[in-house]
Order: sequence, then structure tokens, then C-alpha cells
Amino acid sequence: MKSRFFPLLVTFLVFSAIYAYCYYHFSSFGSMRVVCNLLRDNAHLGIAAIGMTFVIISGGIDLSVGSVIAFTGVFCALMITREGMDPYLVFAIVLGMGTIFGAVMGVFIYYFKIPAFIATLSGMFLARGMAYVLTTESIRITHPLYIRVSKLVYIFPDKGRFTFAAGAFLAVLVIGIYLAHFTRFGRNVYAIGGNDTAALMMGVPVGRTTIMVYTLSSFLATFAGIVLSLSKRSGDSTITVGAEMDIIAAVVIGGTLLTGGVGYVIGTFIGVLLPGVIRTYLTLEGSLSPWWIKIVVGGLLFGFIAMQKLLSARPKLFSFKRQVRPTTVSTA
Amino acid sequence: MSTNEQPALLEVRGLTKTFTATPALSEVDFTLYPGEVHAVLGENGAGKSTLIKVITGVYKRDAGTIRLNGKLIEPRSPGHAQELGISAVYQEINLIPTLSVAENLYVGRQPRFLGMVSMQLMNKKARKLLKTFNIDIDVTRDLSSYSIAIQQIVAIVRGVDLSAKILILDEPTSSLDRHEVETLFSVIRSLEEHGIGILLITHFLDQVYEISDRITVLRNGRKVGEHLTKELPRAKLISEMLGREFTETLGKRSNQITNGDSKHDTFLDIKGFAKRGMIEPFDLEIKKGEIVGLAGLLGSGRTEMGHLVFGINRSEKGEAFVESKKVKISSPRKAIRYGFGLCPEDRKVEGLIADLTIRENIILALQAKLGWYRHIPYKRQEQYADEMIEALHIVTTDAEKPVRELSGGNQQKVILARWLVSNPELLILDEPTRGIDIGAHAEIINIIKRLAKEGKALMVISSELAEVVDYSDRVVVLRDRKKLTELTGDEISEDAIMQAIAEK
Repeated sequence: MKSRFFPLLVTFLVFSAIYAYCYYHFSSFGSMRVVCNLLRDNAHLGIAAIGMTFVIISGGIDLSVGSVIAFTGVFCALMITREGMDPYLVFAIVLGMGTIFGAVMGVFIYYFKIPAFIATLSGMFLARGMAYVLTTESIRITHPLYIRVSKLVYIFPDKGRFTFAAGAFLAVLVIGIYLAHFTRFGRNVYAIGGNDTAALMMGVPVGRTTIMVYTLSSFLATFAGIVLSLSKRSGDSTITVGAEMDIIAAVVIGGTLLTGGVGYVIGTFIGVLLPGVIRTYLTLEGSLSPWWIKIVVGGLLFGFIAMQKLLSARPKLFSFKRQVRPTTVSTA
Repeated sequence: MSTNEQPALLEVRGLTKTFTATPALSEVDFTLYPGEVHAVLGENGAGKSTLIKVITGVYKRDAGTIRLNGKLIEPRSPGHAQELGISAVYQEINLIPTLSVAENLYVGRQPRFLGMVSMQLMNKKARKLLKTFNIDIDVTRDLSSYSIAIQQIVAIVRGVDLSAKILILDEPTSSLDRHEVETLFSVIRSLEEHGIGILLITHFLDQVYEISDRITVLRNGRKVGEHLTKELPRAKLISEMLGREFTETLGKRSNQITNGDSKHDTFLDIKGFAKRGMIEPFDLEIKKGEIVGLAGLLGSGRTEMGHLVFGINRSEKGEAFVESKKVKISSPRKAIRYGFGLCPEDRKVEGLIADLTIRENIILALQAKLGWYRHIPYKRQEQYADEMIEALHIVTTDAEKPVRELSGGNQQKVILARWLVSNPELLILDEPTRGIDIGAHAEIINIIKRLAKEGKALMVISSELAEVVDYSDRVVVLRDRKKLTELTGDEISEDAIMQAIAEK
């Protein structure tokens, strides 16, 4: 049993147990309707979470994604509805902006040695602020393209509606897995997260990879914003406040170590769906307050972080620590 | 085995490197032949690491030439040196613990199939590569699941596979046990057969004699000798490293308290302390008013012994008695409670908090001993600080100066002061005179002697033999993490210490 797979395995078992429990109580969990809704409702979180997975594997964090999603929605609504611009052009512009935004954060993090937490925190305020400055109203989008996309649905025999958002989510998932495991970029991200000085000595382009990681994260957050805008058909600067926290939680529950170097994109997929499953259960159950979702996610997150801590304390797994002599004299 | 007739692989001539006025290397020559293990030996500050850092392009040299296969080279960075064929493997293994063995071998140059990184291909290549070194392990497992020795070998194999002609091994065996050393050595021998030149830095003399063909000795940035290993007696090697001739009788002993008599009680008695990978079992007895010097080459286990006694690392076995009462030294906190104090070797990293004032630094240990809820009144703190500044002649305008602004010698005194205010019974000093000027040097030694006269037990670790001989009542000699012997009273001399270290 390879220790790398252990957190992923736990994630998978927990998810299976919870899903089985839900299915036992409500047989509709076996239907495509529930599955498709899960994918649709969590598409924007999932897309951004896949970008976040790369960031966390590289040993960093990106707090700006929730704001970037909101900004993207507002920008699209404003440009399409108010300015009457072509949606494709708007998408291209906003994706370009998102890409540059991420790259700039990456440059600050790598070249100016600003902690990722701080750099992306300021990114978070910046993007949110820009969204509010653009407009504080909720703007509807009634462009024909949006209507067309909303009709792009595959309907399963049991009335499960596989929407564009669900498709985009799965497509990004596949691309994410490809990037992580079948490209040098992906492998380098793992190397940097495992030990960045060693990676540098081994000839990994650490700077380029770090910048690309944040660029990818912002790009995917922007894409998530477009997907959300397409399914909500509106732009609103007050949405997805604190979404970065849900996203980070999903990545961690998905078995990615916050210390970097270990994680799987597929785990994040499960980690995103898990709260969704619980939410669906609570809706169907009806009598419990929907806020229980926060408590369950909090508990799960705590459990997973405790597990990570235990794992990293196991001498065999991170035996490098053996070489470090404690130097605690000054605190004595 | 190589002979001088062979063309040299690496020729370093007249290498000079100066940091802020003091030369770290001056006019050093070094020659490496293909298929040989060439050990570079020397004490702290001899210039070993500067030499390899210049060769691998970490530092730019000030003067001198480096030739690889007769051609002049200018390594600009470790990466560039690697391209030229010079790979270095350091003590802290520079690999990625969370990746598989195979991935570690191919990080940055992963084999691709149809444009995609192919794990299968990578694993296959990794297995084949390791097989050439007779290593048969599961390459898909995390690197961290293997022992340090295997990790080291993976690092070496990676280095060699990057078309290395020259492999630099910096203290490769320092965290290995005997069996692991064997494994590593067999890999090194097979590299020799492949015609790779190996520059080895180690402080284990037994291993030098076991594996190396040639030895270059550096001291204070200068080359003092180059010998074929089999033609160099140990005693000569040690005297070269320490820069003392056996015939010379340098050590003047001034400390003649001779605590052999019974009027001095034993303060600390340690029986069979040991920790795997750090130090082999040792006994140690320290009397009140006695100065016990720990002598040995760099890495002989001097510091480790101090750390075990102070509880920084927990002894795995043995027992300790403080004034005949059995105690468990499980942490520095406990040790402090028993009346121990330790001034660490690297005062910047381990000892002082540079941004705090002299007063705050001095008061730290005492406050910790009292517990943080029993605050020492400010007036009292000032008093302590002023007393110490006076007693130890700390050169400063006042007690509120940040320690950062003091000279090395004065910083050292502040550390001493910290322990002195808490009035310890046993003071462990690790290299108390390193890196301080001559005047301060003499003062520190006087303070050490005075403390002993006041009835304190002292354990002093030092690489300055003359100094150890000067103040010690008893000298514990260590080599290769093992206590060899103890010298008492008139037995103590630099000759005797060197002889003890050299003995087989």
C-alpha cells in the first residue's frame, strides 16, 4: 500500500459510506436526476477547486478564487447586457484578464517572496472590490447565446438533466487529471510541493511552474465564473463570498495534503461532491436545518486534517525529518 | 585504482575565494583522477565546503583555474556544473520525499510517450538504471518510505545518470548506520569501476581509510598535504588536520586544581547514555568544580554528547544521577530544573534572539526556570543585566542594546550571562570561543576557569586542542561518535589527545 494513496482512499471510503447511507434512506440517490443535479450545482466550485488542487499540491494557497468568480459574472453581465458586446468576445477578454491576474499573483509570490496567503488575500479584496465598483446590482443576461446554452441539455430516461455546466465540470476534471499526471508541468507541481529547494537543485523550473500554477487557478476560477453566469443567467457581485473556503475544504477533504506534494485531482472531485450529497440529503429529509451542512463539513475537514497530521507524524512516511536536529535551546 | 600517469579528470589550480576580507580558500590545488575516491579532509573552517561550492558553481572564485579533462571550465550554477558533468550529493538529501523513487530519478526530465509523461516507461527505466548498481527496490514506492541510505543512493544514481563524470559526496554517511554504509560503499566502488571520479568529504576517518585512494588535507583555507591513503599514517593525517606536530609540546597546562581528590563531590554521573545514529554508549562523570573537556575531530560526537546530557535529544538507554539521585533527562526543561545549562555551538541559530536586548536575552533562561507566571520585576532584570555586563566585561553602551549589534565575542558573553544568572550547577559550553577575537577569547577562558573555582561543574566542547589542554581537569576523547578514553591530570597534552584519536 503506497502511503500517497492513503488519504485518497479514505476520501473515497467516506464518500461511499455517506452515499450508501443516503441511498439507503432515499432511493432517489440512485437516479441520474440526483447525480446530474449534483454535478450542475457544484460545477463552478468544482472547476475552481481543480485549479486550487494544483495550488495546494504546489504547497501554496489561493484565496482569490471566490472573488474572481463573482467578478467574472458581474463583468460578463455588464458587458453583454449593458454594453451589448458579443458574449464570445467578453469571455475571451475576461479569461485573458483572469489569466493575467493569476500570473501577477504568481510573480509576486515567487519573485517577491510574498507569502501566497497574503498575495492572494489582496487578490481576493481586489477582485471583490472591482466587482462592487462595476455594479452592486444584480444584472440579468438575456442574450440569445445564454438561452441557447440553457437548452443544451442531455435528458436521461429518468428525467436527469445533464446540463452544459455539468459537462464543463467533467471536461475540466479530465483535463485536470491529464495535466497533473501526464505532463511535466503537473509532475513539477508535485515536485515543488514536496521540496522546493530540492526541486530547484534537480533542475525543475520552479519559478515558471509556480507562476503557472496561480495562472491556472485564476484561469479556472474565471472559467468557473463564466459557467456560473451561464447557468444563473445573471451577474451579481455579492455571490460566492467565502467560496474559496468551501473550495479549500473540498480539496483537503479530497485527500490533498495542505503541506503540499501529495494530492489527486479525482480526490478533489469527490471532495466537492461530498457536501453536495449531504445538502441533497438534508433537502430530502426536510426536517433538519440546512445549516447542518456546515457542521458536517467542518467535522469532516477537522477529521481529514487530523488524519494528515497523524500521517506526517509517522516516521516512515516523512523520514526526512530524522535528519533535523531539534534546536530548541533558546526557548528552554 | 589510479596512478599519476593517467590524465587528470579534474584539475584545480591556485583556487582562491575570499569572503569579506578573510580568505576561505587561498591558492588551493586539487587533482582528481578518473576511477578514484579522493577524500578532502579538514576541520571546521578548513574550506572543504567552499571548495565544493566553487567547483559546483555556487560561488564565484576570485582566482585560479578549473580544468575538466584538460579543458578550462567556468561553472556558473549547480545546474551548469551538472551539465558539464559534475554532480553533487549533499548530506541533506535534495530529493522529493513525496514522489516515487522513479520520479525522483527523472524529475525535470520525465520520459514521455506520444507527448505524455509515461509512468510505465519511467518505472521501467528506473528499474533498469538501479539494476546497474545492483539495487533492487520497488521504484513506485514513495522515496520517504525508504531508509536514508537508499535515499542517498537514489540521489547518487540520479547524479551519475545525469552524465556525471565527477561525483561530489558531502558527508554521505553521517546519518547512516554501519550496514547502510556498506550498501553505499558498494555503490561507490561500482562507480569507481565506471571510471567516475569521486570527491568525498567526510569526518569518519575509518571510512576514509576504507574507501578512499587519495587524501587532500585542508586547513584554514590552505592545502596542507596530498597523499595516497595507503601511504599516510593516521597520526600524520590527524596532525596535519589539526596543524600540530607531535614533537611540539604546545599545551601549557594552567589548570592544576586536580579534582581527583575526594573533597569534590560528583555532580552528574551518567551511565551508558546512547542514541542510535548519534553516539555510542558512554559513561561520564562530572564533579563540582571540575572542567571536563570534550576533544575530538569535527563530527566525532562531541556536540551530540552535550545534546544528550542536556536532553535536547533523548538518550535511548542508560541512566543519569544528579548528586547521587537518579533522574530522567527527557528534555532541556528537565535538565534546566536539575541545574544544567547549555551554551550552544551556533549562537546565532540556537542561542540568541538577535532582536531582543541584552537584558531580555540574559533574563530568558531565568524566567523560563521560574515559570512565566512569576514575572521578574523590571528593576531586578536591570540589576541582573548590569551585574553581568560588569562581571563578564560585555562591551556595550547599555543593557537595552539589541544583541544583534554586539560583536561575536560579546554575543558569546551574553549567552554565558544568560546561564550564569540562573545559577546553574553544570554548564555545558559548546565551542565557546569559536569565531571571537583574541582578547575576548582569553576573557572567556578566564571566565570558564573562574566558574570552576566557584564550584560549578563544566563540560566544555572545543576543537581548539591547546585550549582544551589549558583548562581541562579531565579530557574525554571521542572519535566517530564513540567515547575512546579519558585523560586526567598530567596525562593531558595535545600529543596524548592526538594519539588517542589516531589509535586504531
